[in-house]
Amino acid sequence: MTEPTIFEMSSPGRRAVKMPAVDVPEVPLPKGFERQNLAFPEISELGVVRHFTRLSQLNYSIDTGFYPLGSCTMKYNPKINEATARIPGFGHTHPLQPEDTVQGNLYLMYHLQKMLAEIGGFAGATLQPAAGAQGELVGALMIKKYHQDRGDFQRLRMLIPDSAHGTNPATSAMVGFEIVPLPTDPRGNVDLEALKSLVDDRLAGLMLTNPNTLGLFDENVEEVIKIVHQAGGLVYGDGANMNAILGVAQPGKIGFDVLHYNIHKTFSTPHGGGGPGSGPVVVAERLLDYLPDPVVDIIEEGDEENPPLYGFVTPAKTIGRIKSFHGHFGLLVRAYTYISMLGAEGLRDIAEKAVLNANYLQEKLKGTYTLPYDRSCMHEFVLEGFWEDVPEIHALDIAKRLIDYGMHPPTNYFPLIVKEALMIEPTETESIETLDRFAEVMLKIAEEARTQPELLKNAPHHAPIKRADELKAAKDLVLCCYPMGLEQD
Amino acid sequence: MFTPHTQKDVEVMLKSIGIEKIEDLFTEIPEKFRYPKLNLAPRLTEIEAAMELESIASANGSTKDLLSFLGAGAYDHYIPAIIDNILQRGEWYTSYTPYQPEISQGTLQAIFEFQSLICQLTGMDVCNASHYDGATAAAEAMILADSHFRGKRNKFLVSRAVNPQYRAVMRTYFQTHDDVHILGDEPETGIETDLQKLIDQIDNDTALVLVQYPDFFGRIVDYKPLIDAAHAHGTLVAVATNPTALGILTPPGELGADIVIGEGQPLGIPLSFGGPYLGYFAVTNDLLRKIAGRLVGETQDVDGNLAYVLTLTAREQHIRRGKATSNICSNQGLMTLAATIYMTVLGKEGFKEVSNLCYQKAHFAAEQVGQVEGFTLAFPETPFFHEFVVKSEKPVADVLEWLRDHDILGGYDLGQDYPELKDHLMIAVTEKISREDIEYLAAVLKEEYHD
Repeated sequence: MTEPTIFEMSSPGRRAVKMPAVDVPEVPLPKGFERQNLAFPEISELGVVRHFTRLSQLNYSIDTGFYPLGSCTMKYNPKINEATARIPGFGHTHPLQPEDTVQGNLYLMYHLQKMLAEIGGFAGATLQPAAGAQGELVGALMIKKYHQDRGDFQRLRMLIPDSAHGTNPATSAMVGFEIVPLPTDPRGNVDLEALKSLVDDRLAGLMLTNPNTLGLFDENVEEVIKIVHQAGGLVYGDGANMNAILGVAQPGKIGFDVLHYNIHKTFSTPHGGGGPGSGPVVVAERLLDYLPDPVVDIIEEGDEENPPLYGFVTPAKTIGRIKSFHGHFGLLVRAYTYISMLGAEGLRDIAEKAVLNANYLQEKLKGTYTLPYDRSCMHEFVLEGFWEDVPEIHALDIAKRLIDYGMHPPTNYFPLIVKEALMIEPTETESIETLDRFAEVMLKIAEEARTQPELLKNAPHHAPIKRADELKAAKDLVLCCYPMGLEQD
Repeated sequence: MFTPHTQKDVEVMLKSIGIEKIEDLFTEIPEKFRYPKLNLAPRLTEIEAAMELESIASANGSTKDLLSFLGAGAYDHYIPAIIDNILQRGEWYTSYTPYQPEISQGTLQAIFEFQSLICQLTGMDVCNASHYDGATAAAEAMILADSHFRGKRNKFLVSRAVNPQYRAVMRTYFQTHDDVHILGDEPETGIETDLQKLIDQIDNDTALVLVQYPDFFGRIVDYKPLIDAAHAHGTLVAVATNPTALGILTPPGELGADIVIGEGQPLGIPLSFGGPYLGYFAVTNDLLRKIAGRLVGETQDVDGNLAYVLTLTAREQHIRRGKATSNICSNQGLMTLAATIYMTVLGKEGFKEVSNLCYQKAHFAAEQVGQVEGFTLAFPETPFFHEFVVKSEKPVADVLEWLRDHDILGGYDLGQDYPELKDHLMIAVTEKISREDIEYLAAVLKEEYHD
């Protein structure tokens, strides 16, 4: 089915929201700068409502069904978060208001910094990064500056496991690190021998995702960190998978020096069709002074009658400001709400149920699908979406066939070290009935692959569109609808 | 909380896995690190959390209670009711990146429409699915220019009249690049609108010039001479733009800009203490393949039906890893949707009306405040949009405090960023400000002066 674009729906002279008349004496528009044409659509308000409602119905979402998209932690987004973020006292504050008029915001940020540091076992936090990838950039910049301040200008090599997210090497490249790939051993851990052979006084650090993207907790994590530290490097933690170990383990206590959270994964803020994310970074003592400018601190201690006065302060050796204003504050309110409703006990429950759900599914599927790293998993696991006896069927076909059964496909073709990867993360908010249904469908698809492979090859059959031609999109680039009434060359 | 497992479910699942207790799933974590005692407050129920957050928020004074003339990069515009209503549909906010186009056509088409609207607004050919905010979009413009010249041009010029936070973020992003020099915003180059001192610095080693339109002080400056001078050296020009202003002003694309970026917050996004907002990023066709972030393109499905997909993904980190155009991995999804609905529901006429209201009211405010003894317009001869600067005879801090006592957020103290503009106050006016509000501001200022 096709929904016309807003430009196709436009009808000259039609109006939706109108503005009041000018209530002050009018002055002429600035000479020489007057705009000649603005070809925005002209649609009634109901027309706009229906358009965006119909479009929404073409989307699959957590609120409509099971969404086991590995590495993305598609858990339930509690509705209360939406209510608290919209409290006028939060939603209608300007980022440049005097600090004494935003003590509520600063209180919330100060305490969220503390909570996130405590959950991860670190000394301090910044809430400024706009997303996980920007958190990585903050971490990489801090690591570089830390070494430079110690005179270690030669420390430019960043070790990155071959199972890592693409953002890790992309971030390292942005700050001018040399990317050194680190192999994974047959059990899915960092290859210790390779690690030992790669560290020397040129080592800046290691970017480690733990649990890693195979959904496995590195069995040698202490040894890995020790090797890096002994060589003078720092260990960056990609916290994409923190959901698995909330309240169960603290990376900072294990020895990580810096770690980013993905608030939209671990702490239930909405994924929003691709963002906004939020990527607070927590650090060990030795990196505290390098945090982005500014952080929130207590400016004046409180007493029996007065609460403390909160304000922004600049860390002594800061890497500087990483974005405008104070981070994705609206998302921080949601995360604060979520953590408040969980407490230590609830956080542990989240991790335990996320890991229980993943292991339950892994157990049900591993006979029918190849499980390349056959161990107890954390919050997710990776299967091969490929069988020797039906070589024409690929992970993509399995993924598309799942759509016909009303489920969102797992992440496919990542991590790169697994052939035809299907990365499955059920999350803790799914019930046993949903997991059973998914397992049943996955087994059915494995059977169909042998009996009616065309059902998979041509899937999806029951979706708003059939498979889309991605090559054509890249070849005959159309990135804009041509607004009506506007000449195009 | 939020986990549906009954005791019986857990038992069935443990048995199926073949273990006795959940703790057995975590034995790979070294024992000494397992189950730390976290120092967090006891958990709250929903009603308790709602009350707690209400109570925290009550310590703020919001723009609902205070009459606000604060701008400087974030603006208090009216947000039509339809926007948040649509945004709160779960199909929008609980979906993720549209990697499976068959079940993401809603998100994909909305981004495609966003790209189209921004191209129309800015007069550019191509726009991506957004960056984090205006400041990071400015940094990404530098990354693009650096890559365009393959690192062979090392000079990046940025006008001193560009938002100081944008300039700070650009420097943060490039602090580890010893060969990159960000220049042009020194006090000596100044903030004159003839731009001659900035133009004089453009040479064949200059990769990019970044200016702001209207500039940080709200002034409307003719950038044509600067753009022509830059192009004569093969230098790219990026223009940071306030989208609201483009309802009435000539779009930068028509002036010859190569890159147009900006803060999208004025497009229907709440102030929310600074975020989440969105950074828009539009370029000419020549720069298309260097653009970072997500792009949505039109195509067909196997039955020949119109369809939308993410395209040119080979530029991005999940494919190119260390050689990607940027490490960006998200876009401001929900915020771009808000902006798309905003531009659509205001439409051709409504958008111009907002722009004109801001312009007219700001001019009335400038006239009123300029008449108050002790205040003079700092740039009386320069056209401006909806923000203007006044010089105060008294310290700005005192003026702002006096206004605060009358429940007015009086504006932005420029002295904190510009030593040369000590005692200068910047006042922003949007369509939400009434004539009476402006007269009240002037009256309170007058009263202060005579106090």
